[in-house]
Amino acid sequence: MRWFKKGRWRQSSSLVFQLIETFWGGEGEDLPHSGEKSASLKSLRGKRTLARWKESAVKAFFFANGILAIIVLIGIFGILLSTAIPAFKEIPLAEFAKKTWDPTSPEKAQYGLLSMIVSTLMCTAGALLIAIPLGLGVAAYLSDVAHWRVREIVKPIVEILAGIPSVVTGFLGIVLFGPVIAKIFHTGHGLNAVNGSFLLAIMSLPTIISISEDSLNAVPSAYAEASLALGGSKWQTLVRVKVPAALSGIIASFMLGMGRAIGETMTVLMATGNARSFPHGFLDSIRTMTANIAIELGEVPYYTTHYYALFAIGLVLFIMTFIVNMIADVILNKYQQREL
Amino acid sequence: MDIRPKIETQNLNFYYGTKQALRNISLACADRRVTAIIGPSGCGKSTFIRTLNRMNDVLLRTRTEGEIWLDGENINAPGIDVVELRKRVGMVFQKPNPFPKSIFDNVAYGLRINDGRNRFKIEEVVEKSLIEAALWDEVKDRLKENAFSLSGGQQQRLCIARALAVEPEVILFDEPCSAIDPTATAKIEDLIMKLKKDYTVVIVTHNMQQAARVSDFTAFMMLGDLIEFDKTETIFTNPANKLTEDYITGRFG
Repeated sequence: MRWFKKGRWRQSSSLVFQLIETFWGGEGEDLPHSGEKSASLKSLRGKRTLARWKESAVKAFFFANGILAIIVLIGIFGILLSTAIPAFKEIPLAEFAKKTWDPTSPEKAQYGLLSMIVSTLMCTAGALLIAIPLGLGVAAYLSDVAHWRVREIVKPIVEILAGIPSVVTGFLGIVLFGPVIAKIFHTGHGLNAVNGSFLLAIMSLPTIISISEDSLNAVPSAYAEASLALGGSKWQTLVRVKVPAALSGIIASFMLGMGRAIGETMTVLMATGNARSFPHGFLDSIRTMTANIAIELGEVPYYTTHYYALFAIGLVLFIMTFIVNMIADVILNKYQQREL
Repeated sequence: MDIRPKIETQNLNFYYGTKQALRNISLACADRRVTAIIGPSGCGKSTFIRTLNRMNDVLLRTRTEGEIWLDGENINAPGIDVVELRKRVGMVFQKPNPFPKSIFDNVAYGLRINDGRNRFKIEEVVEKSLIEAALWDEVKDRLKENAFSLSGGQQQRLCIARALAVEPEVILFDEPCSAIDPTATAKIEDLIMKLKKDYTVVIVTHNMQQAARVSDFTAFMMLGDLIEFDKTETIFTNPANKLTEDYITGRFG
């Protein structure tokens, strides 16, 4: 809110002039006199009016934009929360903790979230298991081993990978990974948690590679030089100096990749088999929280318990991603402070 | 005086891309003596010292031509293991660059990467190196603290201790005092003079008084050429070259 303090510029500048005056006060003729100072300041002031008006207009514009983003965010959260609350009123909390989700059952509607939460976590964990070693390896390769020409070609390509529409990735899962997985594991079809994990790994790889590589590159070259000068090999320098120094950035990249994997919808909806049962292994078909919302929200009658319950799932998901992002943010902050 | 050269260059040329930074440098640094390299900014003195342990290898699009002899072995030859070379030729940089680790771990780093898994030996060598670097008394009670908690001068002595721990034969100092205050500089100069008992020291400096104080031999470089190389005393009292004289009397540089 600095734009409230309009007097700041004048205050600080007069302070500078005072300092100059006390420092140079009453010496040789070449030095500035206090009389000259006030005259030149007055003429400056006249010219600045229009510029200053423009300045404050620009500031107000950007301020409004910033506020708008916050309002939109609060609005989304508000709608999510207010629509989810009736679900918590109508359904006992213990019911959510059960395994079976069957809100349209003619006998007794059931709202257990456990299968979906476990499915989401399984898919995400599987994706990270694949993406973390691979991503870190690629990042280390790009920052330390690759020829600069290779890096300049590969890095943009990796970043473009992030722009592939999730429906295309899901399609790949059905026609490419599915049959392969079915063949290897002798399952009837390949639409299961493994497939989803693979696809989510592909989707979170660009984030992990890009941010890890950036933070490895941000490690001051003096550290690497010191290690090399002590007779450290490239590998030792990477593992013992660069990775520890970049660790917070690398962990943050894992967190952001994880955030991407948790929230992904279309890919897992297409490629994981869409089964509401509780998963007992990675070769079972699953349905994640995101996929469930996407499938059912189009069909559900508005303002019913089922409708509210879908928003409750959304709220749980929101809280999960929020926690992940917050942890990533805290770690990143710590990292940036240490760099100073 | 019977002095044998420890590390010696012959017709050394160095290029950054197409720009030549060193021209036909032939210079011998005597064993267990301090050789100082002085010259105006951009004369190639840092580039030169970095060729002696092949630190320039990490820079892209550079080329080193000529021969560098370390105890009669050409270390600029293709088959040379730079990792082994750098264990024998240590380096202290312009800005103190301790690792973001504890004081102890900084000094122990070189030992740990080299093979020393023996904890007692590591502790022993760390203590010995810190004593050698005249830092032990100041840090012996805080070895577990982060190296960044030290002052700039202490950090630089820590870097020297870290280099000493690997037990090199040659130590290269690349303007070691340019980023620290006069008191700390005096300590490091004392240290350098003590080190020459056991090590061959090459020091790059833009501080002529420093060269005069610490070194036995001085080389004066300008624009990539070695202008004059002689005993420090001769360079500072009776230089043969007009350029050297102009530089040490402060007419340019």
